[in-house]
Amino acid sequence: MGKTVASKAEKLSISTLLISIIPIVIIVLVLFDTLVSDGFSAASSLIVGLIILWVAVICGVLATELFSDFFRTNGRLLGSVMLGLVAFWIIVLILLPQLSMLDYSFRYNLPPSEQGGPKDVYTLANYRHLIYGAGGGEGTYNTVDLMVFLRTIIAAMAVTVADLILCYPLAYYLGQSRGSGFVRLLVVLLIIPYWINEILRAFALKIVFADGGILNAAMMKLGLIDQPIDFIRADVALYAGLGYAYILLMLFPMYNAIESLDRNQIEAARDMGASWIRIHRRIVIPHAKPGITSGMTMVFMLSAGALAAPQILGGPSSLWFTQLVYQWFNGSLNWQQGAAYAIVLLVASITIVLTFMKIFKVNMGDIGK
Amino acid sequence: MAGGVGVDLENLWIRFGDFVAVRDANVNINGGDFFSFLGPSGCGKTTILRAISGFLQPSEGRVLIGGNDMAGIGPNKRPTALIFQNLALFPLMKIWENITFSMEVKGASSAERRKRADELLEMIALEGQGDKLPSELSGGQKQRVAIARALCAEPDVLLLDEPLSALDLKLRQHMRTELREIQQRVGITFIYITHDQGEALTMSDNVAVMRAGVIEQIGTGHDVYDLPATPFVASFVGENNVFRGRILEVNGTEALIRTNRSGDLLAQITPAARGVLKPGDEAMMFIRPEALSLVDDAGAHEKTSLTAKVVNEEFEGNSYSVFLEGDGGKRIKMSLPNVGQDRIASKGEDLTLKYELRNAVVMPAGELAAE
Repeated sequence: MGKTVASKAEKLSISTLLISIIPIVIIVLVLFDTLVSDGFSAASSLIVGLIILWVAVICGVLATELFSDFFRTNGRLLGSVMLGLVAFWIIVLILLPQLSMLDYSFRYNLPPSEQGGPKDVYTLANYRHLIYGAGGGEGTYNTVDLMVFLRTIIAAMAVTVADLILCYPLAYYLGQSRGSGFVRLLVVLLIIPYWINEILRAFALKIVFADGGILNAAMMKLGLIDQPIDFIRADVALYAGLGYAYILLMLFPMYNAIESLDRNQIEAARDMGASWIRIHRRIVIPHAKPGITSGMTMVFMLSAGALAAPQILGGPSSLWFTQLVYQWFNGSLNWQQGAAYAIVLLVASITIVLTFMKIFKVNMGDIGK
Repeated sequence: MAGGVGVDLENLWIRFGDFVAVRDANVNINGGDFFSFLGPSGCGKTTILRAISGFLQPSEGRVLIGGNDMAGIGPNKRPTALIFQNLALFPLMKIWENITFSMEVKGASSAERRKRADELLEMIALEGQGDKLPSELSGGQKQRVAIARALCAEPDVLLLDEPLSALDLKLRQHMRTELREIQQRVGITFIYITHDQGEALTMSDNVAVMRAGVIEQIGTGHDVYDLPATPFVASFVGENNVFRGRILEVNGTEALIRTNRSGDLLAQITPAARGVLKPGDEAMMFIRPEALSLVDDAGAHEKTSLTAKVVNEEFEGNSYSVFLEGDGGKRIKMSLPNVGQDRIASKGEDLTLKYELRNAVVMPAGELAAE
């Protein structure tokens, strides 16, 4: 193992090193400099540690896995361009924005004149605000924001489970019917509505669920109800909208997983007397587990972080946590506070996903399948 | 379980839309028999197996297992166990869980299942491998696990759908012997589907040869090989030389045929065609390569010898194959055991061959198996 790494590393050309290492080194130095000039706090050393870790991981992975074979197959020039673009993607589009958000979340919201001045030091005040509220005092908690946070997480879980229950039979049907013309048509029919913008879809649902909307009108016409039901206030519209917004991301990974299941296994189990429930529990679901996990992760992450659907379909009294983040950024122009809220949501979502993966014994690698 | 349970197919028709997969099959399989359905791919043999296992309902006719009509009874309720062509082991379950899945279904405790798995693992010579996953076993071992899994349910009839086709030649030959031994030990009825005539002949008590949905002949391996009922059976099962011609005379169970190229030859009429074949009928006569031999006393075998030009000779280690010019551009093949003689013949030479009357069989002309 160590030998192959060394031999691959030897093959690295100077240009490769220049492209990959130098921008990273520059970024590290710049960030390090700004941190050091503010004086070390626990948080800043944590950030420096994180950055160094990230850079080390990326360099290690790129150098050992990609470079030698990569340049041999793609040539120097094209290889360099491709690697440069990947580095740009990872560093500029993913690492830098997230790191700057992390940096923001530990700072005070200062007027421009005081930025970089003596008052611009690292703090946990923004995180404290989420827990204790504006006073930051003992004994009082920021119950409003915390409840919104909790409700968002639980509702996102509920949406995820609802999508799972809706999609599983459909994915099983699609996956086991071996791509007949009808099934392909069905899949296309499922995809076409997603060509429409997410916001327009949310508004369309609002029209359906409104007081004088199609659903209420139809039910009153049929004599099922006397008074229109306020679907918006009851958050029915919100959950329907969230569930619908990401349902394909649940369906397709599951469909792919189930499609690869050998039909004979189902027949073998049936031949041995297994009931349909047992066949699903013992054969189909274990086989589809990576797909199910992948779908659930995406739906949960995206609905917890959704903004359009809650904004448009949410009832007047119900707030989604992302709406709080949005308010801090756009309403209060307090990016530092917003960043802290966003980071809390991100970390909580990742923790929840990893916890459930641990409970259901799914490997990270399975999700990529 | 002694004696086993018989399976009967009565006037069985299976159609898929306009396509007739099985046409009027009538088969009686005795309890405890090793019975093979032999035929090329697409002949309907797997369809018959699926009808017996219950995955498919016949369009017409009946499937009886142990005398009981199986109409409307699902695969999980029939006393059959099926071994799939690709084995269909459950890849995410351990070997012992795979083997005892049928017990899990019935709610057996894990201790009971373990015990039974150990017994079956011993039977298939895989002791101590119960905690492995199927992917950790070799092809032959997986094969044996599939058999153990099927036997665990204690079926009255074991159905095997070309289970050896994925194995390499050596292992396949070894597994033939092993399957036959297992069948004789457990004493239940085995119904085996194959396109490999070697498998069918070595293992089976009885063989049904199928073509295009029709069962052409049912009999022992000897019957099917020595007295084929149709030109298809004669040419599909083993190698055979065909001589086309017309019947000149019929004399009891023998007939004289005027062949297109090889003169007038005598052959016995296959039992199925006795009383049917008349002088003037178009006929096909078959002689196996190993039934031909060189004439040492020319003239003594007037109606059971033929002369042809040598085209080619091949040495195959245990035998020589001599190819001679035959009927309609087809070559006549003669195979002679290698008993230390030098080469048999040289190219272009005329050779006179003879055969025993009982080794030549004649029947009405018909379709041959595709080469």
